[in-house]
Amino acid sequence: MKLMLFAPELFMLLGSLLIFLFSLSDDDGISSRVAAIATSIGAVVLSFVSLNNNGMLFFDAYQVDLFSQLFKLMIAIGTTAVLLFSRELKGIQEKIRPEYYLFLILSSLGLMMLVSSVELISMFIALELSSFCLYVLVPMRDDQKGLRTQMESAIKYIFYGVIATGIMLFGMSYLFGLTGTTYFNELIPKLHTLASEPVAIVGIAMVLCGFFFKLAVFPFHFWVPDVYQGASNETTAFIASVPKLAAVALLIRITTLVTPQSDAIISIFVVLAVCSMFYGNLCALVQKDIKRMLGFSGIAHAGFILLGLLTMKETGYATSIYYIFGYLVMNLACFLVICNVSGQGENVTIDDLSGLHKRAPLLALTMAIGMFALAGIPPFVGFMGKFMLLTGALQAGQLTLVILAALNTAIAIYYYLSVVKVTYCNSPEGFDDVDVSLMTKTVSIGLIVAIILMGIMPAKILAIASSAVQGIL
Amino acid sequence: MDFLILNEGFKLLSVLIFLPLAGALVALLINNDDASRLWALLVTSVNAFISIFLYSNFNLETVKYQFGEHYSWIPSLDIYYTVGIDGISLLLVLLTTLIMPLCVLASWNYIQTRVKPFMICLLIMETSMLGVFCALDFVLFYILWEAMLIPMYLLIAIWGGPRKVYASIKFFLYTLAGSVMLLVAIIALYLHTGSFSIPNMMGQGYSSTFQIWVFLAFFLAFAIKVPMFPFHTWLPAAHVEAPTAGSVILASVLLKMGTYGFLRFCLPITPEATLTMMPYILWLSIAGILYGGFTALAQKDMKKLIAYSSVGHMGFVTLGIFVLNVQGIEGALLQMINHGVTTGALFLCVGMIYERTHSRELADATGIGKHMPIFVTFLAFFSLSSLAFPATNSFVGEFLILAGAFMHNKVVAACAIPGAVLAAAYMLRMLQKVIWGGVNNPTHTLTDLGTREILVLAPFLAFVFWIGLAPQPFMDVMHTSVAHLLDQVGVAQGPAVIAQVIGK
Repeated sequence: MKLMLFAPELFMLLGSLLIFLFSLSDDDGISSRVAAIATSIGAVVLSFVSLNNNGMLFFDAYQVDLFSQLFKLMIAIGTTAVLLFSRELKGIQEKIRPEYYLFLILSSLGLMMLVSSVELISMFIALELSSFCLYVLVPMRDDQKGLRTQMESAIKYIFYGVIATGIMLFGMSYLFGLTGTTYFNELIPKLHTLASEPVAIVGIAMVLCGFFFKLAVFPFHFWVPDVYQGASNETTAFIASVPKLAAVALLIRITTLVTPQSDAIISIFVVLAVCSMFYGNLCALVQKDIKRMLGFSGIAHAGFILLGLLTMKETGYATSIYYIFGYLVMNLACFLVICNVSGQGENVTIDDLSGLHKRAPLLALTMAIGMFALAGIPPFVGFMGKFMLLTGALQAGQLTLVILAALNTAIAIYYYLSVVKVTYCNSPEGFDDVDVSLMTKTVSIGLIVAIILMGIMPAKILAIASSAVQGIL
Repeated sequence: MDFLILNEGFKLLSVLIFLPLAGALVALLINNDDASRLWALLVTSVNAFISIFLYSNFNLETVKYQFGEHYSWIPSLDIYYTVGIDGISLLLVLLTTLIMPLCVLASWNYIQTRVKPFMICLLIMETSMLGVFCALDFVLFYILWEAMLIPMYLLIAIWGGPRKVYASIKFFLYTLAGSVMLLVAIIALYLHTGSFSIPNMMGQGYSSTFQIWVFLAFFLAFAIKVPMFPFHTWLPAAHVEAPTAGSVILASVLLKMGTYGFLRFCLPITPEATLTMMPYILWLSIAGILYGGFTALAQKDMKKLIAYSSVGHMGFVTLGIFVLNVQGIEGALLQMINHGVTTGALFLCVGMIYERTHSRELADATGIGKHMPIFVTFLAFFSLSSLAFPATNSFVGEFLILAGAFMHNKVVAACAIPGAVLAAAYMLRMLQKVIWGGVNNPTHTLTDLGTREILVLAPFLAFVFWIGLAPQPFMDVMHTSVAHLLDQVGVAQGPAVIAQVIGK
């Protein structure tokens, strides 16, 4: 039953059609919200059930294997979490809420298709499906202050995005010109013989650029702070976490083109990793808007993820997968707090979190654990991921890089700790109490448990990630 | 697992480590201040009681790690859950378990806001501290070593004094920055030996350069924790702002982790580098002893005074460790326990004054002796112990350290002697002011210690005299392990004559 291989995506597609129907009626967002949540939960269930499916679809351009299904599952979980905790969708006008849900679901559909694509053109189409939906989501923010910052963000986002895509397409043309094929399974053996050719390296590096943009690796990070700030909190929560999953998946796929070894690509990774970590962490130190801060911290984390890729080994890829899953959970925990602290959907500064432990103890705890986890303090998932990435990189002989990365941990702790300080030490006077719905509480407890459990029992996830990576090597 | 004696029956160490954590989880469900106090007291007391079995079942003859447990944890990276204790860690484990119930008792009235989270932080602290002393797998050790920062940070940042924000952030940043390179060193060692097991890393004959780098990474992390001069600046801030229980935990247990790290990791894993770096560290210790003494002499704030005195006392401990002979190391180990007992008790005393006068200034505490005779009796004994008065615990420890130092190098030892004199000067100065100074101080309508407070201080006093008058049981426990440690470093030793003389 070939159709069953496509079940999670198909379900998302049907769900988005349903939401499209709602958007034609005068729905105020409630029924489309229910439909969106049902769709994403359905996708979670279907991805989970189909975790061990294997097969090829659409003239072999679309591969279903453990690797793709694992990422689909995480994408679906991430989308569900964002939908669940952004209960009221405060930052979006009522009349366009159905459209908002529509594009959100379509975007994650695009991401799910992306991780299964094993052919350059279908990869490109899936990527654009997801990106264009995001380009539309950003300016949908309710313009409360009349500053139209969301428009600025959207323009920046689309320009940078289009440029990155352009570079990527250019690189694809090189690969096609060299090998005469767009299929990964045919590209791999041909590129292995060509791996030392400068053209091949340039081509691969350019294709990587498209996903460096998604993952916000230096120097493709310029959109990050402004888009994070300009988009509504819910949109940012999505942009900051879910597309990065797919970006890592595709970076791994493309890096496998030059596996087992290519010094030039490794050097590119090393330089970009160091620049991302330092740039992200140093800029984050001075941020006042917490979304901007998380944006810069995301750049630094992207640099960390490259540490796993540059080992060009199965365990390295597996740790990168583990790290990005952990990053998803930690990031969602932080954004959950931001979305709920923001009263009318406005941006949240770090000072707005003052005395959160009195206004909403559970949110404060979630924020603290999210921050400590992002900072890489044990026993949370951020530490385990960092530790394994460093081990892998040192095993690959990158001593300088590892020392620089460790130094970055020490820099980063300052701004993460500042947030914890504000939530626990500042006085709550002058700030309103925060209402927390039962659903949000459940999600935040779930995230806390996930952060801790993934941190102290990583063996299972690592084993799954390893066998997923084995499948694509 | 030839270094480990597996514990077949009751998993004593795991129970000790995880009982407080389980207690903390249960405490989440309690919604009453008094109940959470009682619960924390119960959990820590049960833990203290269980830990006594460690002492009674401890085998004095073997150099292997006892009460061992060994389970696979993260197979893909060869990470195991391995715990076990030897003569070096046993006393520190006991110190931790015995001091925790007293910390809970001491916070009974002092903490009035958010009692439940406070008790949860204390319980999590206990888990991670015990884990650090028992861990025989480097990853396990590092996780607990770092994880401890979070509850300690919260203890200072939430329940601390007026400058708590500054102090807590400084504490966190300093300790974290110190230990990032430790992580790199751990990974480098793993890549050399293929396992994270601490005993397997010992005696591997690494190259000299590699040893020096690893030693420096270790040293930075542990020297900040001790804290050694010039890495000590976080300590006075953190001590002064922390709540009483926090100060006691900091002084009694946390500082010991640095010196424990030297003994457990630096000496046996990088023996060659230890010998190379020894002279520099000895002089840093001397600097710490003298600097701590002089600075303490100038303090007006009692907590600061004791904090700086800690810098001096810990200088003695590192001095004892790095003279690398039996007397020095046994003295250092004993002095670690002594410092935990004496300084912990002194912080409790200051906390008791603070509860009454709401000031830590020495000037506001003058002439208390007239109103609080029982209190000043305790204070006097602890102060005498702090300046290493004969018949108190610190005398034995400091004497052994100085004896070891003289055997090693007379100049070094001679330079440490003024530290002992300085200790007498600053402690007697404080004592004189508190007991006899200015009786016309207007704030004094003070009540003397209640039963709870006497109960808190009495065990400390018992240990002051027990160790002071009959140190032999304590020395016996550590002797085999210390001799083995010195074998690992490669400095042959004759019989420890002085240690035995003192014991009798």
